[in-house]
Amino acid sequence: MINSNTTNFSPNKAAAFTRPLFLTPTEDLKGYVSGHLGRLILFAITCFSVLAVLLIFGFVAREAIPFITKQGIGELLTSTRWFPEAEGSSAEYGGLALIVGSLYVTVGALVLSVPLALLAAVFLSDIAPFKVQQVCKPIIEILAAIPSVAYGFFAVIVLAPWMQKHWNFTTGTNALNSSLILAVMAMPTIVSVAQDSISVVGREIREASYSLGATRTETMTKVVIPAAHSGIIAGIILGMMRAVGETMVVWMASGNASQIPHPWWDLSQSIRTMTATIAGELGETPKDTNHYYVLFAVGLLLLIFTFSLNLTSEYFLARFRKRKGTA
Amino acid sequence: MRTTRIAILLTLSVFVGMAAAAEQAQILQIEGSTTVGPIVAAFSEKFMQMHPEVAITVKKTGSGDGAAALIDGRCDIAMMSRFMKPDEFEKAVKNGVFPVAHAIANDGVCVVVHPSNPIKELTSKQMRDIYTGKITNWNQLGGPDMKIVPITRDTSSGTYETFNEKVMEKEKMAGHVEYVNSNPQAAARVKSTQAAIGYVGLGFLDSNVKALKIDGIMPSKQTIAKGTYPVSRPLFLFTNGYPELGSIVHEFCTFYLTETGQEIINSKGFVPLTNY
Repeated sequence: MINSNTTNFSPNKAAAFTRPLFLTPTEDLKGYVSGHLGRLILFAITCFSVLAVLLIFGFVAREAIPFITKQGIGELLTSTRWFPEAEGSSAEYGGLALIVGSLYVTVGALVLSVPLALLAAVFLSDIAPFKVQQVCKPIIEILAAIPSVAYGFFAVIVLAPWMQKHWNFTTGTNALNSSLILAVMAMPTIVSVAQDSISVVGREIREASYSLGATRTETMTKVVIPAAHSGIIAGIILGMMRAVGETMVVWMASGNASQIPHPWWDLSQSIRTMTATIAGELGETPKDTNHYYVLFAVGLLLLIFTFSLNLTSEYFLARFRKRKGTA
Repeated sequence: MRTTRIAILLTLSVFVGMAAAAEQAQILQIEGSTTVGPIVAAFSEKFMQMHPEVAITVKKTGSGDGAAALIDGRCDIAMMSRFMKPDEFEKAVKNGVFPVAHAIANDGVCVVVHPSNPIKELTSKQMRDIYTGKITNWNQLGGPDMKIVPITRDTSSGTYETFNEKVMEKEKMAGHVEYVNSNPQAAARVKSTQAAIGYVGLGFLDSNVKALKIDGIMPSKQTIAKGTYPVSRPLFLFTNGYPELGSIVHEFCTFYLTETGQEIINSKGFVPLTNY
């Protein structure tokens, strides 16, 4: 018995024990190849997503180049007269009203949805009992699953006459109508992501704040929300992207009048967005006409608009992060 | 697990069967105007009853879209509520498509307002001024004090083209004019907005909107058939070349001459070309 415990030192066993466990390629070719092949395949799949974005940008730019080289981009950015289907030289390609329309609708949707969504997220994560949260969260996520054409239908058939009757608007399909519907569409995304990121802020942070004597409001506004700010801003960016890219709702609910509202704060006037213009007119234009190229130029402007909004949000996020000093 | 496997196999075989059946059927693609749409949809229903091996798909997206589809070879028949424009013709010929027009019915573009609007008639010039923005309030025409909401069809529509040519005389519309993308939507907007004015095809006139007299003439089947109503137009089907006698396309394009065809055109609210 004592003999089995004493180390009968055998140099072979010792060498086997101290050899590294990682097998060299010559010893385990199959393992080496399959390991690296797996990594290569995953890398290719990631590259594919990046490539898709670049290719979209490239394709749209390629179709927009003939318009930019022939007519120049000045008129598109400064004039509000949009008559691309008029014959020959009387065609006018002024896209300023479209750009301003997209801006109105996006800013309006954000102003209406962000406060409500943040408050809903705070309520669902901190104040509501768990049962309420269990019921409410799926219902809010269903809002995100409703097809956009159903929202557009509701906007034209129900919301527009209601606005005309109760708020005495001349026309019910206007900037306010589209902003309202887009706010409802963007809200579920913001609520979901913001609520998740607020819940993830650990108990220790909240308990530390309470232990220092802070009230519930002070904890929420000065400790928890700043701690969750990156997730909240990510949610807001996602909601904003949904609002900018939405086509069917604005095609039906915004009235599609190519104008900039006269006193700029008058949201009860009809406007037209870039997305609705492209959707409404691209079907009828035969390929390789000026009308076709200018629509792709508007598409390029839309892509640039979206990317610059994204970059601005990332910039503010980075600045806030640096100032607060958290990672 | 066994039952799910059987269920999956069954659904797959159903799809394969459907695909095989679809391949055997002859498919006729028709695209174009929302005005001609109801007539052609009714035609195709009757047609598929008479010829069960033919499958007809009708897409209503606008005359301009129909022309573009015919030029690109994406459809067999393009339905249009206006004639093809010169540049569309050129594009077609360049692509090797030779468009041939078949006029199947007559239609009028009726100007409609909300039923509560007291205005009963307008002249073409007043219409033009409303849509170019020179007249902005109903009280300038003898109506109530409300800002006019002019509604027009989008530019891919043949109804828009007819209105543009005959009433607007190709002048550009003002910035505050609202665009909708189909006849029913235009009627819905006018029905729900008190100060609105819009235009729809004769087949879409119903009791929810009020038609106006233009230059003293009320749009009706008699005035359109005689051509006295100023904004009347024929409705076309365009094909690539004249269809071969006895082919499905030929039978479809001459369906309007039959008794059934004329009944359908009449029931949809349009004016048959022949003495029905």
